[in-house]
Amino acid sequence: MGLHRGRGFAAINYPIGMNLGGDPSQALVHSNPDGKFTVALSSIDLGQGMKSVTRQIAAETLGVPVADVYVDTADSDTGPHCMGSFASRGTHRVGNAVIQAAQEARAVMLEAAAEELEVDAADLVTDGRGNIHVNGAPSRSITTMAACQAAQFKQGRTVSGRGIFLIPLSEVDPETGEMTPVSCFAHAALLVEVEVDDETGEVAVRDMQSAYELGRALNPKLVEQQLVGGAWMGMSHALWETTEPYYPDRSHGPVDFNHYLMPGPGDVAPHHISVLERPAPDGPFGGKGPGEMCANPVLPAVANAVYDAVGVRIDELPITPEKILRGIRANGGAKPRRRLAAGAA
Amino acid sequence: MAKTPVVFVLNGSERAAFAAPGQNLLELLRRGVGDLSPKYGCGQGTCGACTVAIDGETHLACLTLAESVAGRRVDTAAGLASGGQLHPLQDAFMQTFAAQCGYCTPGMLISAKALLDRNPTPTREDVVEAISGNICRCTGYEPIIEAILVAARGRERA
Amino acid sequence: MIEFRKEFFADERDDNLNEIGKPTRRQDILGHVTGRSPFFDDHLFDGLLHIRCVRSPHHHARIRRIDTAEAQAMPGVVRVLTGRDVPRNLNTLLSLLDFGIDDEPLLADSKVAYKGEPVAAIIAETEAQARAAVTKVRVDWEVRPHVLDVEEAIRPGAPVVCEVYKTNKFIYHGKYDHQKMRYGDVEAAFARADHIVEGRYQMSPIEQAPIETCGAIAAPETNDRYVCYTSTQALFFSLGTAAKVLTTPSNRFHFIGGTVGGGFGGKVDSVHEPIAILGAMLTGRPCKFAWDREEEMQVGAPRGAERWYIKDGVARDGRILARKFTGYFDSGAYTRLSSYAIIKSVGHLPGPYTIPNVHADVYCVYTNRTPATAMRGFGITGVDFAIEAHMDKVAEAVAMNPIDLRILNAYRDGDMKAHRREAKNCALIECCQVVADKAGIALQAASRAASSLRDGGGERGRLPAHTALDQHGVVTGIDTGGYARKTGAQGRPARHIEMPGYTMPTAASAGRAPAQSPARPGAASTAASPSTATEPPRPAPADGGNRRQGAMRFSAISGLRRR
Repeated sequence: MGLHRGRGFAAINYPIGMNLGGDPSQALVHSNPDGKFTVALSSIDLGQGMKSVTRQIAAETLGVPVADVYVDTADSDTGPHCMGSFASRGTHRVGNAVIQAAQEARAVMLEAAAEELEVDAADLVTDGRGNIHVNGAPSRSITTMAACQAAQFKQGRTVSGRGIFLIPLSEVDPETGEMTPVSCFAHAALLVEVEVDDETGEVAVRDMQSAYELGRALNPKLVEQQLVGGAWMGMSHALWETTEPYYPDRSHGPVDFNHYLMPGPGDVAPHHISVLERPAPDGPFGGKGPGEMCANPVLPAVANAVYDAVGVRIDELPITPEKILRGIRANGGAKPRRRLAAGAA
Repeated sequence: MAKTPVVFVLNGSERAAFAAPGQNLLELLRRGVGDLSPKYGCGQGTCGACTVAIDGETHLACLTLAESVAGRRVDTAAGLASGGQLHPLQDAFMQTFAAQCGYCTPGMLISAKALLDRNPTPTREDVVEAISGNICRCTGYEPIIEAILVAARGRERA
Repeated sequence: MIEFRKEFFADERDDNLNEIGKPTRRQDILGHVTGRSPFFDDHLFDGLLHIRCVRSPHHHARIRRIDTAEAQAMPGVVRVLTGRDVPRNLNTLLSLLDFGIDDEPLLADSKVAYKGEPVAAIIAETEAQARAAVTKVRVDWEVRPHVLDVEEAIRPGAPVVCEVYKTNKFIYHGKYDHQKMRYGDVEAAFARADHIVEGRYQMSPIEQAPIETCGAIAAPETNDRYVCYTSTQALFFSLGTAAKVLTTPSNRFHFIGGTVGGGFGGKVDSVHEPIAILGAMLTGRPCKFAWDREEEMQVGAPRGAERWYIKDGVARDGRILARKFTGYFDSGAYTRLSSYAIIKSVGHLPGPYTIPNVHADVYCVYTNRTPATAMRGFGITGVDFAIEAHMDKVAEAVAMNPIDLRILNAYRDGDMKAHRREAKNCALIECCQVVADKAGIALQAASRAASSLRDGGGERGRLPAHTALDQHGVVTGIDTGGYARKTGAQGRPARHIEMPGYTMPTAASAGRAPAQSPARPGAASTAASPSTATEPPRPAPADGGNRRQGAMRFSAISGLRRR
């Protein structure tokens, strides 16, 4: 009778974007006369950081500091069409649309600067700090502000751009299932350590070790937010949550957070994350979307860890104390396996 | 049905609004006075998104009768900054990326502030206990705990 | 507790970028910590009305009569809506993609198919008054037998849940009651295998549970349009749905959102905006329709339950020779997005592993429960739970370390995948190696030496010589639209996108910033590649009467666009 530790592993990949494609997003980028840019979208920030990552993408592409860019979303009158925030599509689709729009705006800004400096636009570079100068001759320069003012009031140019990113819709073969689901995939592997109480059936998650490959960490803190929060949700999914505790029977469905259980701040486990970046050839700066795949490996890793801890195989989610105790009883007691202990082969 | 006038102090200034019979404080603050910072998450007292301070103590505004704050001091997240200066907790939340969707944040800040006001040097366990009534669905809690400890350490040094 | 292992795939990246890669403070976090971020409900309206729905207490019932007279007379009640008030009271969400047949009413008027289904909406001055009036609506129900288990629901004689799909299964390609994957010959491979490992996995429904519940506020605007503040995750999806259901040109709606208190997939169903706007249209006043937490939990669409059967044929060295799936998605009472989820999950099989024989039948099944919708990992989470739990059983059968088993079977660049596309940009092996190393788990030498960039392709990159096909599950007479429909003689892989001014990086240059030098002023053509003259024109599909008409549609099908 006691507490048993066990470790479980899982590895997954995750398709980035709406399945089969056909999910466009557009972006509009324009400058005010002072060289401050607005990115107009109708994309949704649910907390995943849509406004923030598109801001950085626009700033990078325009060659201006991020403080010179704001993202405005979502208003159907001013923001061009976006399919929406789901299927881990945001960074990938919207990011690419923003790049295209920002490139067009940048090109006009550089043409305006070129006219002011009396050089060829092809010889100009931006320093990312608000200046445009001749490549190799930094003293021959003009601020982005002055270039945009000249564009607006002297030259009659619009420092603006349009972008759209669309992966053409794929077909599905009814006989074989042949299809092009998406153009790139993220990856993850995760090891979770749990502690199972063989008298109460309760499971405590003690530790998580993970590796997530997500193309490019466009903003490492936003990435960390998703991975930490998502793994928490995975843990919650595995051990706590259900709207139908007696599925397929609908009785005792929770109607409040007293009965719809989720782990609280006292239940969280340390999570040691390693981020790998193998850029997607068609991702914005190679970025893929980590927002969904962060949760997925936790569910089976927990199930595998429970088996490792007490020898009970639970193939139905959520893994509840009741299921564990029934399993232990059926086995005639806890049967720890401990196959993945550190140092084990 | 007659409404009851309620005069109270909100974030340091006197306010007045009319409460319908049985109306809760969350409704009064949001629609009666126009302080939109406390949020509706459940209306059942189980999520903490509506957490406000009444005379320095945390309460769930969705379960508090609006009339009951007459003559009392109510503080919400909208009043945390003063004189254009953010509260150290607000700075710390931004620094540690302790908010994603931001919906639980106002209530979370009030719970955190109440903790630091009564215990300026909390342990991690103290922090966990103080926010255990505020559900966050996005962050997994870790950056919130870190933010509160950072804010406490900052004040300690100050 | 986060580290960035930059050494992996370093030659495929340029890490010297200006703003990308920086931990820049979020644009919106100041608003979050000051309580100023404007969620849909953070907008004040004078004279705001509140909407509450009358909901079915039965899993399945015919509606004989709805009597709203007493409710109409209740204090504060301004208007009562029923199905009659909805201009087009039958829809399916993916009609915007030409996928599916309109099957779900906004307000049920002939029958209800799940407990909680709305049959009327009360619009009143206060929420309390609306709630009180809800209890005064009298509905005369004729309770019907219901079915709640997916495998019972597909048996002959089961109660018909969704009147459009009489066998309680969504029909794919106008031909089959499930989506197939057929790749190689699993039965032949099972005969050769040293071990057969079988499993059954069940995931019950779970709630997205964002802290902000779903809702919308609609109000007449000054220009004979309606503004709608909404929590939706997909602004134009919701706008398009409202335009269809309310038979109103889409440009008369002004949707505002973008700041949402968590979504996780639960804010795509677009049921709030049409009702709120309808209320604003019929009362001339601002109307708010939002779920309370109880509704969010039991009426709001969850991640649907999934049941998976997996059978593996395994060689004694741990290579998986064949994998067979049968999957059942519990769509609940209506289709919503589940039809799409099945295809997504089939495209995901058999997981990130190179398995030469794969067979799957995946069903979208209707039951008398709250309809399912998207949730974080939609279409993937459930099957990945099944696959990865199953992999551990396989590891045990062949007495192999579970991580060694993953690496052995992992896909590598150049391998052929079961959906008949080449594996590229793989990284599963490296993720497994990093975790094993961190966790102090010793791997076999072959696992430590493995790489996603090596040993793939060649024999592993070829399509199987023979694939066993079958016609099991054929259905006739029902056409669910153009999405995913195969029209050519063979499917075509998607083309690379050529974006003007943005050089598509090769693998060696992937992820590098466009040079800090001017691009050609971009001709802002669409990113889709133009078709060549040699491609046959796509025939327009027959109009099934349920096909999406009107301007706001997201589908590229119906003969209007060549690819």
